[in-house]
Amino acid sequence: MARIELDLAHAYKRNPEQDSDYALLPLKMTFDDGGAYALLGPSGCGKTTLLNIMSGLVTPSRGNVLFDGRDVTQASPQQRNIAQVFQFPVIYDTMTVAENLAFPLRNRKLPAAQIAKRVGEIAEMLELSGQLNQRAAGLAADAKQKISLGRGLVRPDVSAVLFDEPLTVIDPHLKWKLRRKLKQIHRELKLTLIYVTHDQVEALTFADHVVVMTRGRAVQVGSPADLFERPSHTFVGNFIGSPGMNFLSGRVDHQGMHLAGVTLALPAGRVLPAGDMKLGIRPEYVSLVPAQTAGALQMAVSQVQDVGTHVILSAHRDGCNLKARLSPDAAQLAVGDAVWLKVMGEHTCFYKNEEIVP
Amino acid sequence: MQLTLEGIHKKVGPQTWLYDMSIAPRSGAVTVLLGATQAGKTSLMRIMAGLDVPSGGRVLVDGKSVLGVPVRARNVAMVYQQFINYPSLTVYDNIASPLKLRRETGIDQRVRELAHKLHIEMFLDRLPAELSGGQQQRVALARALAKGAPLMLLDEPLVNLDYKLREELRDELTALFAAGDSTVIYATTEPGEALLLGGYTAVLDGGELLQYGPTSEVFHKPASLRVARAFSDPPMNLMGAMVVADGVQLDGGPLLALNAVAPSKSKLTVGLRASALRVREQPGDIALPGKVELTEISGSDTFVHVHTLVGELVAQLTGVHYFELGALVTVYFHPSQVYLFDADGMLLLAPVRGGGH
Repeated sequence: MARIELDLAHAYKRNPEQDSDYALLPLKMTFDDGGAYALLGPSGCGKTTLLNIMSGLVTPSRGNVLFDGRDVTQASPQQRNIAQVFQFPVIYDTMTVAENLAFPLRNRKLPAAQIAKRVGEIAEMLELSGQLNQRAAGLAADAKQKISLGRGLVRPDVSAVLFDEPLTVIDPHLKWKLRRKLKQIHRELKLTLIYVTHDQVEALTFADHVVVMTRGRAVQVGSPADLFERPSHTFVGNFIGSPGMNFLSGRVDHQGMHLAGVTLALPAGRVLPAGDMKLGIRPEYVSLVPAQTAGALQMAVSQVQDVGTHVILSAHRDGCNLKARLSPDAAQLAVGDAVWLKVMGEHTCFYKNEEIVP
Repeated sequence: MQLTLEGIHKKVGPQTWLYDMSIAPRSGAVTVLLGATQAGKTSLMRIMAGLDVPSGGRVLVDGKSVLGVPVRARNVAMVYQQFINYPSLTVYDNIASPLKLRRETGIDQRVRELAHKLHIEMFLDRLPAELSGGQQQRVALARALAKGAPLMLLDEPLVNLDYKLREELRDELTALFAAGDSTVIYATTEPGEALLLGGYTAVLDGGELLQYGPTSEVFHKPASLRVARAFSDPPMNLMGAMVVADGVQLDGGPLLALNAVAPSKSKLTVGLRASALRVREQPGDIALPGKVELTEISGSDTFVHVHTLVGELVAQLTGVHYFELGALVTVYFHPSQVYLFDADGMLLLAPVRGGGH
């Protein structure tokens, strides 16, 4: 296992000139030994490029990759001792499940007794023990992908195990079982696991630290709670959560924040630099309050969606739109109703040039 | 326009794809066809469009049979999962094509208006292949809307898009549907999507039409266990139970003081939505101690899988919460929040909702 440090940039083009020429803009990042990480972002954000640079499949056009302080920028995946699991099962159909799991260990010429022990352990964890002597060819897609996962995890001495959207082929109702397996395995094996996905549930469920990426940039590295409570960039606020964070543009001065044609006092104790700013508040933290409540805006209801377990209320004022997630009682509201919605409070964040104001 | 399907069914070889069903989707509103893959959504939609003929039954438009009327003559717009556009035509010409076909006037204005609404006005001169998947599907949607057809059929139109894009486009579509007067039929596998679209929902399962009605009514009062299963994400928690003298006894668990409206000793299924379970006790709550199997975090919600005496339950909590695997936790619910289904899986009791319904 290893601590991985990155200080690099990558462009697939020669002589990159502008930001958009880079698949990965300059970044500095450390992955601690034994951590569970996810790289999360929409397609084209650079997450797979970053993964391939860590594994050694891609050499960064600039900068370096350190494993435990050792420069491995030019080293192959074998030399780096990386295990990788891909979107689709990569297994040997003619071999049995046990032979498939043993393969990476045999290659490294481990003693037979040790191989048998380790294969047994991994099979047990992945609930494959009953199928060890079956041929892999006849198995269902999810069982095959479990074998792939097992092959990735079987070597106890790997620097890191990298997963590239490994649950894509798994049936939705089986996904949560495998997510649970991966979490258990991480706890038991203490391997460094790095997981690439565009699915926020997978990322937030699996990882202790999530790297959110967009357009070649890592915009935030944090725990799921950090990403939800204090998104450091408006992209994260919008990307995490459904619906995402609300943003209201305004201007801050000594009186407070001017937005949607009114002036709201800042939350108690909050000091902000003067200037243009965006107020960010999650729909979960917007509350329906009595008229004239401090920190609240009077708005007109534009839509009421009964989504079963709660109500999503959309409201507008002066070109500003806001969504609130409210209790089912709010279903009585109708389009056009005037409501007071509290947007200033302890969960309110502020953004200047899309970055959070600390 | 009123579309009516009367006693239609569809057999292909020895297999039945659609069992005898009748449905008259609410005119001028959105009707969601909700069901898992293979439930019969696409088969039903193809019959509505006139692409397929049912093995029996009648298809009427405003009271007149349209069986045998070719698709072209029916004025139906359709959008599929895959992004289907004319590859050699620009975005502009793609959107304009149904209008040109009908030699309409004011085409330019209509194309620009739709492109603006779907945020593709800057791509009008490009070819579809030069656009991202989400943009291509926007072009297909704009073309379908340009047709201004009284019947618009959408077969899982957002399924191939990233979830954020899906969210955005769904919002826009809901607004466009509300603004127009077409009858819209929208197929999806996702209960959450049906709820966000609102309107009316038809629940399909294994080729059967199980229930049709206003979306929130179907969700809150599922006629049967099958509907409740199909229209619940995460799945509804289900527990075996029996009617006893003073209420409903959960198998291996506590007694719920409820009037089951069923004879004593009869077997029941108790259903509980994940959102009805909580980790903080409130007055009158029933407690179910258990052990955490997994915590799934979606961002807006945390889903805690808990192993309890009455089986595996899923609790939905708002926001981000952490629970260690294997940690002891007690989940609580109020007995007024349960659904009761009889031995045949038919609804006996649904929670009374706040909000005066």
